[in-house]
Amino acid sequence: MAVLSLLLFAWLRSLPGGPVSALLGERATEEARRNLRAQLGMDQPIVVQYLKFVGRALSGDFGTSTGVQTGDSAVDIFVQRFPATIELAVIALAIAVAIGIPLGYLAARRRDSILDNISVVSSLIGVAVPVFFLAYLLKYVFAENLGWLPDSGRQEGGIEATRITGFFVLDGLLTREWDAALSAFTHLILPAVALATIPFAVIFRITRAAVLDVLNEDYVRTARAKGLTAPVIRGRHVLRNAMLPVVTTIGLQTGGLLAGAILTEKVFAYPGLGQALALSFEKRDFPVLQLLILTAAMVYVLVNLAVDVSYAVIDPRVRTR
Amino acid sequence: MTPPIQSRLLRRVAAAGFAGAVALSLTACAESDRDDSGAQGSEAKVGGTMTFGAAGAPEVFDPFYATDGETFRVTRQIFDGLLTYKPGTAETAPALAKSWESSEDGLTWTFKLATGVKFHDGAEFNADAVCANFQRMFDQKGAGQSESVTTYWIDNLGPGFADGAKPALYKSCSATDAETAVLTINRATSKMPSILGLPAFSMQSPKAMDEFKANDVQAAGDSFTYPAYALEHPTGTGPFKFVKYDRANGTIELERFDDYFDSANKAKLDKLIFKIIPDETARKQALKSGTIDGYDFPAAADWEGLKNDGFNVQVRPAFNIFYVGITQSNNEKLRDLKVRQAIMTAINRDQLVKSQLPEGAKVATQFIPDTVDGYNTSLQAVPFDTAKAKTMLAEAGASDLTLNFYWPSEVTRPYMPNPRDIFGAISADLEAAGIKLNVITKPWNGGYLDDVDEGRADLFLLGWTGDYNTADNFIGTFFGNPSNRFKTDAAPWGQELADRLKEADGEPDADARNKLYEEINADIIEKYLPAIPISHSPPAIVVSNKIQGLVPSPLTSEDFNTVSKN
Repeated sequence: MAVLSLLLFAWLRSLPGGPVSALLGERATEEARRNLRAQLGMDQPIVVQYLKFVGRALSGDFGTSTGVQTGDSAVDIFVQRFPATIELAVIALAIAVAIGIPLGYLAARRRDSILDNISVVSSLIGVAVPVFFLAYLLKYVFAENLGWLPDSGRQEGGIEATRITGFFVLDGLLTREWDAALSAFTHLILPAVALATIPFAVIFRITRAAVLDVLNEDYVRTARAKGLTAPVIRGRHVLRNAMLPVVTTIGLQTGGLLAGAILTEKVFAYPGLGQALALSFEKRDFPVLQLLILTAAMVYVLVNLAVDVSYAVIDPRVRTR
Repeated sequence: MTPPIQSRLLRRVAAAGFAGAVALSLTACAESDRDDSGAQGSEAKVGGTMTFGAAGAPEVFDPFYATDGETFRVTRQIFDGLLTYKPGTAETAPALAKSWESSEDGLTWTFKLATGVKFHDGAEFNADAVCANFQRMFDQKGAGQSESVTTYWIDNLGPGFADGAKPALYKSCSATDAETAVLTINRATSKMPSILGLPAFSMQSPKAMDEFKANDVQAAGDSFTYPAYALEHPTGTGPFKFVKYDRANGTIELERFDDYFDSANKAKLDKLIFKIIPDETARKQALKSGTIDGYDFPAAADWEGLKNDGFNVQVRPAFNIFYVGITQSNNEKLRDLKVRQAIMTAINRDQLVKSQLPEGAKVATQFIPDTVDGYNTSLQAVPFDTAKAKTMLAEAGASDLTLNFYWPSEVTRPYMPNPRDIFGAISADLEAAGIKLNVITKPWNGGYLDDVDEGRADLFLLGWTGDYNTADNFIGTFFGNPSNRFKTDAAPWGQELADRLKEADGEPDADARNKLYEEINADIIEKYLPAIPISHSPPAIVVSNKIQGLVPSPLTSEDFNTVSKN
């Protein structure tokens, strides 16, 4: 993490441009630039700047936004937006898993059936269609034309909603502000569906392949020969064994969700981390950018750790080793 | 051994039950902040709620510390200044000051104030409040003196502050009586009194500023921190008052201020919500699906489609200038007037305006739009003539001219809707005249402005949207200091041009001043030509057909108090 933070810090500052031009725009004069650089300590050697950054970061101060939400601390921005993206990612992942695994399983069991063919093709489309295109399309159909679902934001503007956890749906339920919860939930549907397409497609394909493999294994044949009932064979022998690669995939896709969230959140004007990441890069908002990239890296590590741990739960052999 | 199915089922049921219990107990603890006394929707709905799509988060809600349009669009509704601009024009008009007069020498300005005015926090507005505001601006220290924090002060009433490190235009403020405030300045300037309509110089509640430490802005590491006042408690006298900025939801909520002093101009809407939608296409879709009632700066390419869909695309009078900048310090050939004139002759501005810019755009004959005093009506645009340009270059011994030409990516500006296409048209014209170009493109915030300001470009694309109606706000901003992005200090006439601009700005007599500006405008084109004016391009604002009463402003500064929704 320390190495990453140093590299990140140095890399950002080696990029052309920076917060000074973002802050001054057309009004900039050479003198104004010089003064501002001095004021922000950007005229000092990069090592000095980095050490100061680390000093502040260790005490929890990652600086104040210079572009995404000027004046708000980077940590606050993260804290506000983290639940938004988690909410979105969890629902997207839930959709992907809830459809991908059963569909993959069914497709494998009825290999070459119509269901199999249709779902393989649709998963191909899911991977191939760019997220933002699908997102605009979903909005066009369900928000603009049919008017069934809201097209942007997390909640209706001007709704009086109490914030407790920052997870809007949960907050609405906890405080019994049903309209707020409903509004938050309906705002999640389209972006979650858009975000779910790639993980759905990948999970579907891996499940299908894994189940196909397992179905041909000796122990499945043995189980059948033992006279075990079909549900037991499916549940305990086929699905459980097929789940190992699927769980790995889910883990990897969780990491990938943040990348997908950048586009999805942009299109749906959804104020989450993905949007903040894109904006902070566009506006050269270094404090926010640094914090987001560092935490993204951390989340990646943690998710992979969680995947490893879950192996132990699914596969007893890993535990005993 | 795996447990029997029944026991596993039992375990699942137990787990579900536990989760439910946790949820229930949490529910019991979580209190809604809603006010139960007034059930939602029971309030009298007079004007309804307008939701306006914003392209970005506001910087801060204290307009004195802000520079960007997203902030000013919000603060304009919350605050009044001493003066304002007549709706639909750039003309100065009374606001909190009912009338004003200046001394002969233009140094003393006396304002008669409106009476019975209250700030949103109940504090009284009077001459003392006016002076408290100006004194607060003048007393800025430390980070409060930074170019990016108090930009408008530095550009207009500064550049100095009370500490006297630099001279300032502002001198003092005194309250003769409760209704009379007297401002004095150190030199006569054409900016007065127009600048007092700028949102940055809005009147803010001294009580609220005091309570929420309005001046506590700090430079911290590579950014600035702002006080609670600027983030959460902006308090003005305007037709709307601040309710909240829901950062997690990206919405800013204002509501009508019922005690607004100017009863004829009381806000019609009950609520005004700004919803942040950074992506342009997403804003358009939000308008079409009714999530928002309007947004600013629709792309020119969308105007026709939006109109066809029944939306009200209001095109404002153009109050900007788009130009091809020339740097004097790099290429020696560019210091030859004839070469610069050849470049101007080589560019087909008529065609550019017709093919690349929205309807209503005009070829610029000078660096100020025709609504600004001092506009020279007798100037004609130099006609496009590739052959003549070639001849001129040959005469100047610059037939083999090679130039660095910069254009910005990742940006659109109201005066420059599509930098790539505009650049394509101009560069094709220049190449046709035999000029070789090294094309360099960089993102706007990713090196473009840096390189341009540091003089690395020979030619570059840039422009300006006026803040208020003075020639100085345009040409004074560009060339008034010879150390500018055109590097006119490297030209023999750079200082002369700056001096003449200063002289014109300091002329207290309006007629004499306008005459001076007319002469300068002609000479900038005929004698100096530090850059090539291309066009004035009108920006638009679009609202749904439910919205009535919006008056488009050339300054892109609409007041929403006249707006209603049905």
